[in-house]
Amino acid sequence: MRQVYLDHQSATPLLPEVFEAMRPYFTDFFGNASSLHQHGLRVRDALKTARQQMAALINAESEEEIFFTSDGTESSNLAIKGVAYANERKGKHLVISATEHPAVVNSVEFLEKQGWTCTRVPVDPEGRVNLAALQAALTPQTVLVALHHVNHDIGTIQPVIEAGRICAQAGIPLYVDCEASAGWLPIDVRQFGAALVSFSPHRFYGPKGVGVLYRNKRARIVSILHGGVQEGGRRAGTENIPAIVGAGVAAEIARTELPTRAAHVAHLQKRLWDGLSTRIPFIKLNGPVPGPDRVPTNINISTEFIEGEGQLLLCDMNGIAVASGSSCVSKSLKISHVLSAIGLDHALAQGNLILSLGKDNSEEDMDYVVEAFARIVTKLRAMSPMWDEFEKGVIDSVIAPRGIGKSFSQHAAEVSGKAAH
Amino acid sequence: MSDTYTLYNPTVMDHFMNPRNMGDLKDADGIGEVGAAACGDIMKISLKIRDGKIEDARFKTFGCGSAIASSSMATELIKGRTIEEAMSFSNQEVVSALGGLPPVKIHCSVLAEEALKAALEDYVKRHPELAARVAAAESVVA
Repeated sequence: MRQVYLDHQSATPLLPEVFEAMRPYFTDFFGNASSLHQHGLRVRDALKTARQQMAALINAESEEEIFFTSDGTESSNLAIKGVAYANERKGKHLVISATEHPAVVNSVEFLEKQGWTCTRVPVDPEGRVNLAALQAALTPQTVLVALHHVNHDIGTIQPVIEAGRICAQAGIPLYVDCEASAGWLPIDVRQFGAALVSFSPHRFYGPKGVGVLYRNKRARIVSILHGGVQEGGRRAGTENIPAIVGAGVAAEIARTELPTRAAHVAHLQKRLWDGLSTRIPFIKLNGPVPGPDRVPTNINISTEFIEGEGQLLLCDMNGIAVASGSSCVSKSLKISHVLSAIGLDHALAQGNLILSLGKDNSEEDMDYVVEAFARIVTKLRAMSPMWDEFEKGVIDSVIAPRGIGKSFSQHAAEVSGKAAH
Repeated sequence: MSDTYTLYNPTVMDHFMNPRNMGDLKDADGIGEVGAAACGDIMKISLKIRDGKIEDARFKTFGCGSAIASSSMATELIKGRTIEEAMSFSNQEVVSALGGLPPVKIHCSVLAEEALKAALEDYVKRHPELAARVAAAESVVA
């Protein structure tokens, strides 16, 4: 059976040359970068090279603006809590978009329990942040604005340059979460006007266990991990040298290969969506159409009258690895907060699937996925009372209403006694 | 990769991949359709009842793998039972027969129990003469 990996937003395979670069740092060059002897000094050099490679990927002025953390979650925690605590005397107000990653949302919620307040700026139905609302949310007490470059769920590219201009005018630092874009879209921290930027090498064929936080020297930040004075005192803890070395090599390759990789996945993205939308009735693309407003790696779909976890399981049994934002795949039984924020009907959010492309996917893979998915949809619709009721005219479609029957949500509320959240 | 890893145990996966009794019954004697407010799943069970016994059962489910497996297993378990026996059917039976469900998925089996009971209620509504018998059976359970 063909194996098609379409979950590159979760993890990518390590490049062989990255693995080779890392190898000696597990065994021969095992020193601690804080040590003052040959073993320590040697890895210190490696650390500096990796910092330079990271700085080059995002056009940072100097490698001294690069901090290594353990992953994207830690980077977000450091960016938000570190800036909030450092600027406590200036004010305790934060601004984020309604569709940030949980690492951002939950860091903010942690601060809210300690007396900070936060304004969540709404997004439009394609997930684009409302810039006028963002500007209006800023107050003299605002100490940080957090906005992602690309949405981790629906692939929307945010107007970060415009947001950066608004923040610069107000003198408020902007933190841009680039976890879903780094390695796939050009990132220029200076053009963004970003005070902080985070990204993770495991999204572009580097290792897990390392995250990157760029911090402009003018942005005040305090450490949230307390210990030694690693990373300029902003992030205590022994550096994960093998991962950092690998991350640097992955970043360098991503920088040179970015145009080729981006063009390749953009082509596949279009082929995949064209195939799915032609082959399967009552399917909707969430987020902007493939093109300048959407990251080329992401396809987020809702297939009507069937649920997402079942789709995911059957994809997996057909060799296709995907993700879903359905409530049935979440431990909290809640649909993805991004799908809620764009106002997606609950029935469509339940039928959600997230496919993320990578450099090793092929046209044949896309064609296989379209055919296999069409069979999966047919199988699940045959099992679904909703499909049956739609065909009988009891309920209507959300995607292509016929004006016959009640809405899915109304029907669901009637049979469950109350409305689904 | 030689091993296949699965999200659920082999019994649950089997009932999800090869569901038993999937579909509708022509001229069903009782139909129950219920939804889970918690997650949004919807389950429908149809029954064919003869001489006070469940002769046949079918399901249709809008929901996750464990919801589909739960309804498949529930319809398997209740075939051949009397109405009184079916009235005391519990989701625990589904969970045991499936060899367990993850804690967060137990509500799927509850939905199967509710769909079955809704179908029985529908049958009783169509046969008011049975109401007293069923009420007696329910009070024994309670």
